[in-house]
Amino acid sequence: MSFEEYKNLWVFVETEENVAKPVGYELLKPGRQLADEMGEKLVAVVIGGQVEDVAKKAIEYGADEAIVVEGDEYYNYTTDAYSIAMKTLVEKYKPTTILIGATNNGRDLGPRMACDLNTGLTADCTQLGYDAEGGNMAWTRPAFGGNLMATILCPDNRPQLGTVRPGVFKRPELVEGKEGPITKEDIHVEESQIRTKLIERIKEVAEAVNLEEAEIIVSGGRGVGGPEGFGVIRELAEVVGGVVGASRAAVDAGWIAHAHQVGQTGKTVGPRLYIACGISGAIQHAAGMSGSDVIVAINKDPEAPIFDIADYAIVGDLFQAIPAMISEIKKLRS
Amino acid sequence: MKILVCVKQVPDTTEIKIDPVTNTLIRAGVPSIVNPFDAYALEIAARIKDENPDTEITLLSMGPDQAKNALRECLAVGGDKAYLCSDRKFGGSDTLATSYILASAIEAIEAKEGKFDIIFGGKQAIDGDTGQVGPEIAAHMGLAQVTYASEVSVDGDSIIVKRESDQGYDMISVQKPAVVTVVKTAFEPRYPTIKSKMAARKKEITVITADDMPEIDLTRCGLKGSPTKVKKTFTPVRNKTCVKIAEEAVTDSAIKLVGLLADAKVL
Repeated sequence: MSFEEYKNLWVFVETEENVAKPVGYELLKPGRQLADEMGEKLVAVVIGGQVEDVAKKAIEYGADEAIVVEGDEYYNYTTDAYSIAMKTLVEKYKPTTILIGATNNGRDLGPRMACDLNTGLTADCTQLGYDAEGGNMAWTRPAFGGNLMATILCPDNRPQLGTVRPGVFKRPELVEGKEGPITKEDIHVEESQIRTKLIERIKEVAEAVNLEEAEIIVSGGRGVGGPEGFGVIRELAEVVGGVVGASRAAVDAGWIAHAHQVGQTGKTVGPRLYIACGISGAIQHAAGMSGSDVIVAINKDPEAPIFDIADYAIVGDLFQAIPAMISEIKKLRS
Repeated sequence: MKILVCVKQVPDTTEIKIDPVTNTLIRAGVPSIVNPFDAYALEIAARIKDENPDTEITLLSMGPDQAKNALRECLAVGGDKAYLCSDRKFGGSDTLATSYILASAIEAIEAKEGKFDIIFGGKQAIDGDTGQVGPEIAAHMGLAQVTYASEVSVDGDSIIVKRESDQGYDMISVQKPAVVTVVKTAFEPRYPTIKSKMAARKKEITVITADDMPEIDLTRCGLKGSPTKVKKTFTPVRNKTCVKIAEEAVTDSAIKLVGLLADAKVL
């Protein structure tokens, strides 16, 4: 296949109910750098109900231009509508590379596109590079529960696709008022072509568990001792404006809902601050949170592997440490 | 109803250790298990069968001969019959090639036994962690897909799926046939009984090779049929310096920690 006609690096900015997922903006940061290295333009691709504002914002975050596909059928994600729209766009514009946020929807769409376009997709990348010699993206991703990293190339097919974990890259600086061309593409998908129907959407507002987007996460593990032990964890999370996470051990014991689970069988997170309380830090847990900027570990066991990846460590009883932290934080803030 | 569950035999990643000298994975002696997410998918299928007794659950795996052990385990906890897709020509396949081979195998099985109403798999395998093979099977076969399912029920021709979303969950309805991939469920997979284990041991596992798939395009299989290539692998380096706070009283350590975090502007 000839690569000559393939141009530009795309970032797919996922929206839901007309609101962009943070990872879409985050990807404009490595996207900008890679596009510059490649000597290509950085194009934000935005699909949704009414999402021109998202496209404008993507340009302010660093995209050179944006392509927008709008329609009621895109207000909520469906595999069929989105994959039809993306296939149509890719066949028209022929991008060389597409970055997609590794949200549930991104990881639903990516493989569908890889098949439709008969090309390679690297999932859940945590590092992105450009191999100038071969002209290929170098996608780096964890495997074996974070025990091994692999760098993957897609040398013979275009576009080259990758999904990238949320929270790995920080959102770029917003340049207010920066402008660029926005192209609206009129692509419509008939209702009959969309085979999945959304019957009901349940937002778990009672307890916010949007771990992937949280700036601060306070997590509890086996050391918390029981469901009531999560009381202090919740209190600390509330005081610092964070979200409650949990290790698999705590979830399996039934102390807290699975929605809170961080790690290989739970969520992958990358907050500014991760406070691990009574969590031993098995590799499966580390796989889900080692990308956090600052990790604090509080554990009675001085040998706990969590201390190997922590930035700050307290060896001691969390039920003494956390209340002391809470009152100190309150004191600092008053 | 006819249900297919795709299962992968994987190394138990919780047992994998890093050789401190060579800094590589020690794979020797690591037990092989049924990919946990596939086990959840099978449990969901088995629960559908509990509700709809005229359901037949077929298992499909791809891999070397030893993957039959994983299939036998699944036969003991809900599977009725099992196929192993195995051929040297398939070695080295990436997700696109693997899903193409599996889709071809499914079509070969369907030609013999009729169409499946639901094709299940785990959301991802714990060795590769890609989560791509399920949706790619759906794409190759032109089927609808629902990923990240935690509960599934069947209502006439509709499959009702509780799908995990970023903010909670969505209830999604899709007509049969469809591909559904499964997350960790709220319930544990059932245990085998001595009787079910004995029965599983006696069951025949049908091996499918490339020869059983007359339509298959071998240029799309194996290493040469794979668009992605592994350039290198390495073990992640952890070179963090940890600040240990060890005041005499834990409460004093906690107060000091808050000060350090405030100074570092993370609080």
